[in-house]
Amino acid sequence: MSASIEERLFTIRYKADRVSHLIIKDQEVCLACPTKECNWFCPSDVYLWHEAERMTSVAYENCIECGTCRIACPTYNIEWVYPKGGYGVTYKYG
Amino acid sequence: MADERFDAIVVGAGPAGTAAAYTMARAGLKVALIERGEFPGAKNIFGGVLYRKQLEDLIPGWWKEAPLERKIVEQRLWVLAEDSAVTFGHRNQRYEDPPNCWTGLRVKFDPWFAGKAEQAGAVPIYETVVTGLLRAGERVRGVITDRDDGELEANVTIIADGVNSLLGKQLMVHREWRPDEVSLAVKEIIQLPRQTIQDRFNLEGDEGCTIEIIGNTCGMAGLGFLYTNTDTLSIGVGVMVSDLKKKRIKPYEVLDALKRHPMIARLIQGGEVKEYSGHLIPEGGFNSIPALCGDGWMICGDAAQLVNAVHREGTNLAITSGRLAGEAAIQAHQVGDFSARTLAAYDDAIRASFIYKDLKKYRHVHSLLANEDTQQLFDALPRALNEAAYEMLLVDGVPKRDKQRKAIRRLKEAAGGAYMDLIRLGLKGWRAMNG
Repeated sequence: MSASIEERLFTIRYKADRVSHLIIKDQEVCLACPTKECNWFCPSDVYLWHEAERMTSVAYENCIECGTCRIACPTYNIEWVYPKGGYGVTYKYG
Repeated sequence: MADERFDAIVVGAGPAGTAAAYTMARAGLKVALIERGEFPGAKNIFGGVLYRKQLEDLIPGWWKEAPLERKIVEQRLWVLAEDSAVTFGHRNQRYEDPPNCWTGLRVKFDPWFAGKAEQAGAVPIYETVVTGLLRAGERVRGVITDRDDGELEANVTIIADGVNSLLGKQLMVHREWRPDEVSLAVKEIIQLPRQTIQDRFNLEGDEGCTIEIIGNTCGMAGLGFLYTNTDTLSIGVGVMVSDLKKKRIKPYEVLDALKRHPMIARLIQGGEVKEYSGHLIPEGGFNSIPALCGDGWMICGDAAQLVNAVHREGTNLAITSGRLAGEAAIQAHQVGDFSARTLAAYDDAIRASFIYKDLKKYRHVHSLLANEDTQQLFDALPRALNEAAYEMLLVDGVPKRDKQRKAIRRLKEAAGGAYMDLIRLGLKGWRAMNG
């Protein structure tokens, strides 16, 4: 009964803003990061390191606004604010 | 917005903020209740259990009209190993009347509660993010929002913006939480027919049960839970963010492992996942509580780390802290002084309440979890306990004395190898729970 993360995120209602509320401050810092642990600890797989492009992509539309990355990024390289009022995740059950 | 002046602004329409807004509005204060979600509860997640007592202090008999799921008559604790469990629990008919607690869903409960504050006269300002605080030196004199012309002034600002509390950080009342001061919980709502839930969990009518789960969390400091709602189940797992960082396991994989456990799988079998969610839980406890008030401001609920992780109590601490902040604001309003000295009545009230006393009791639990080997506490020991139970109950001709020796050896080994390790861990655990 295990669902993929895509199936899981599909159960959530989002209203995505046009601009990201999550910003990687410096991609060079990601490049130098030995663990790239944001690729693991995010519950909605927002962050993904791309070796070829040498950058961390940010799927902010999937963000469930938990704040883990804000605290867990080892270099605090993620600028984290709330989505604009009324945007972002809206739960149906909670 | 700039022309309006309020007696009080509350940031966040969760249980803490709404309790504060309700308390103040009922006393005739002009209150703005600001919420960034589309509606109160839109972004809120908990396990979750709602307790009767603390809200009854505010709205007697509230539970007769509030949207609730099931009345909890049985609480179970399961200690899991890979394909087994040692189980404890307590069921009591006395929990039927008056009820002790219920399961709930925040998208239903929070709007109901905020509606009460609105009816009392609080002005709802939803879909609005507070991006900063208006300051006059040390004094907070209002908030800045993401609305056009979005400054709002008030004599007092109550900060109830949840676990991330960006406002608390701006105010420098707390630095960034350390990864060991918060847990990330992920949860699923699984739909099943009402009767199926009742049959599987041995319940009738609106009775419900909760199961707290230790072990099987991929070796991380964490707890699982499985709660019965009316026609859904809430299943989830919370793990300490510092452990999650180390393990390189995705949070939802920890949840998947829990769902696959043979004891759990049969309870959720055939259900449809209706929603996935995640939220941080402040678990720093007593030592992480920031300064609670200053000139023109107070801070409540998750934003102030007011969560009793050992008893998985949160919404009740939030509601009481919100009420106490609201009462302090009313006193300040009466004397026309909103300085830190007057608002210290809130700090005093928290100290005199169960919040402070309970969190103080468990003050050392956090350091036990943060500093001990979590693999040992949350994996090796639950396994050893299961092995010991298996051996003791297995009738295979081996004398009981030998079985007991073997069982104790297993526990000893799990604790570090020596009897002293087991005793040390036991003592540490006892002290942590009775600090």
